Amino acid sequence: MNIMTLVNALPGSVAQGLIWGILAIGVYITYKILDFADLTVDGSLGTGGAVAVVLIVNGVPVPLAIVCAFLAGCLAGLVTGLLNTLLGIPGILAGILTQLALYSINLDIMGQANTAINVDKYPLFMSLRFIPMTILKGVIVVALLIAVLYWFFGTEYGFTIRATGCNSNMARAQGINTKKSTVIALILSNGLVGLAGGLLAQYQGNADVNMGRGAIVIGLAAVIIGEVFGELILGKHLNFSGRLAFTAIGAIIYFIVIQIVLWLGLSTQNTKLFSAIVVAVFLAVPYIKRASKNSFRAAAKKSAGNVNEKGGSENA
Amino acid sequence: MLEINCIKKTFNAGTINEKKALNGVTLKLEEGDFCTVIGGNGSGKSTTLNAVAGVWPVDSGSIKIGGVDVTGLCEHKRAKYLGRVFQDPMTGTTATMEIQENLALAARRGQSRSLKWGITKQEREEYHELLKMLDLGLEDRMTSKVGLLSGGQRQALTLLMATLKKPHVLLLDEHTAALDPKTAAKVLELSDKIISENKLTALMVTHNMHDAIVHGNKIVMMNNGRIIFEASGEEKKKLTVEDLLKKFEEDGGASTINDSMILG
Repeated sequence: MNIMTLVNALPGSVAQGLIWGILAIGVYITYKILDFADLTVDGSLGTGGAVAVVLIVNGVPVPLAIVCAFLAGCLAGLVTGLLNTLLGIPGILAGILTQLALYSINLDIMGQANTAINVDKYPLFMSLRFIPMTILKGVIVVALLIAVLYWFFGTEYGFTIRATGCNSNMARAQGINTKKSTVIALILSNGLVGLAGGLLAQYQGNADVNMGRGAIVIGLAAVIIGEVFGELILGKHLNFSGRLAFTAIGAIIYFIVIQIVLWLGLSTQNTKLFSAIVVAVFLAVPYIKRASKNSFRAAAKKSAGNVNEKGGSENA
Repeated sequence: MLEINCIKKTFNAGTINEKKALNGVTLKLEEGDFCTVIGGNGSGKSTTLNAVAGVWPVDSGSIKIGGVDVTGLCEHKRAKYLGRVFQDPMTGTTATMEIQENLALAARRGQSRSLKWGITKQEREEYHELLKMLDLGLEDRMTSKVGLLSGGQRQALTLLMATLKKPHVLLLDEHTAALDPKTAAKVLELSDKIISENKLTALMVTHNMHDAIVHGNKIVMMNNGRIIFEASGEEKKKLTVEDLLKKFEEDGGASTINDSMILG
């Protein structure tokens, strides 16, 4: 256990965290703003990766391929949105159906389970071979996205999505087409996930049909970890752009923690188990805290205490 | 301004839970009419309001607002013509958005929304003045999240939102029922003020017979999905709670009278 192996690995975790941070910001839009647990993510990440890699290998300019990865993600979100709003399929199930369908579609796009792409042969936007450059570009992309989303959710259109997510009855009473705003939020969210997939495939040098497996859990982990740290550090001053920034930071923290536990001896095959435990713990802690302050057992204890005191004084 | 023509609605038709909620309701409100609606539980008061609001399509009959037939319009398209305040103070506002953002959402009711800023500087100043009128100190908390407000404050805000853009018809669905008596009285007084100052056409459902008599220029009583009694103008002014109770008994609706109506 050489501490230097860990230190040397950390920049890679930061780079990876930034790319997954884009996905996490997409998850934030559905999970936090729209209040929709969207499992499409596990499929649309791979779709973004597959589209980007196949296009680049076939000679399409890298920036255009990245845009296409974004659009492919949007399309996936559109499908989930229509399944939910037009056909009345519950949100979670709609996401699962799209995700499952995308597994086949991703295989169709690539024609195989894994397509490699070599940074020496193609002018890739980012790569794990050039980590400092990847981090720089990652920070710029995340900052730009936060700026654009900050603007978007401050517009009349953005307002309709926020209102739909919080109180759809009120939204309809204000003349908002809640089905439309649900679909738009899902499109936007999965577009970002597709973009993250396109960048991730370039970073790791391949697109894999399994690259999205468990992505939603990592995205949720980033959202939740980011929220906890954001509220801890900024407290009341945590505004919308701060929340988005901390979501990306949450993803970075997540990958650093994973790196640390791998260094401590966790085998790579157990990282998904670890992810699930991290998310469960972060979700459970606030609940248990609240419950312990407000429990029947505590009430019973206090009540018993009072009776004893009273009984004591009477006896005295 | 509002013409409800023989609307019918049956829920769960053909099942064991079949419920004939509306049995041919006909009601006409002229511009500036303030009509109160009373009746026991399940008499169809709130259902009538929901039919006007377009929460679901009616089985038969027609609804016209300001001369426009809205029977075939869905809820969010009808919102253009309607201001609504709900029984549950949580329903009318968006908890995770700021007070001023909620008002901005309401100011754009019935308009198509674009990528312009959701709230402008000029609007903020206007809302500041409007909130002062409520006399609840909300003008100094415009950037607070609505979730932090009390039920009464939320209901007052909802009322302001519903009338921010003058509606053809204002629908008040037992909007004071969930409030404590003092707050309820204040919100009701505010409703009266807003309705008379803006000369609004309003339909108010209430469980409280006294309120129903004191407020508005028209009253309708419902039972079993039908209007069983109607009074307006001078006739309404002379009504007493006892008169209304008698009407109920005549229609065999006595069993539906509950304590709050008698106490009212």
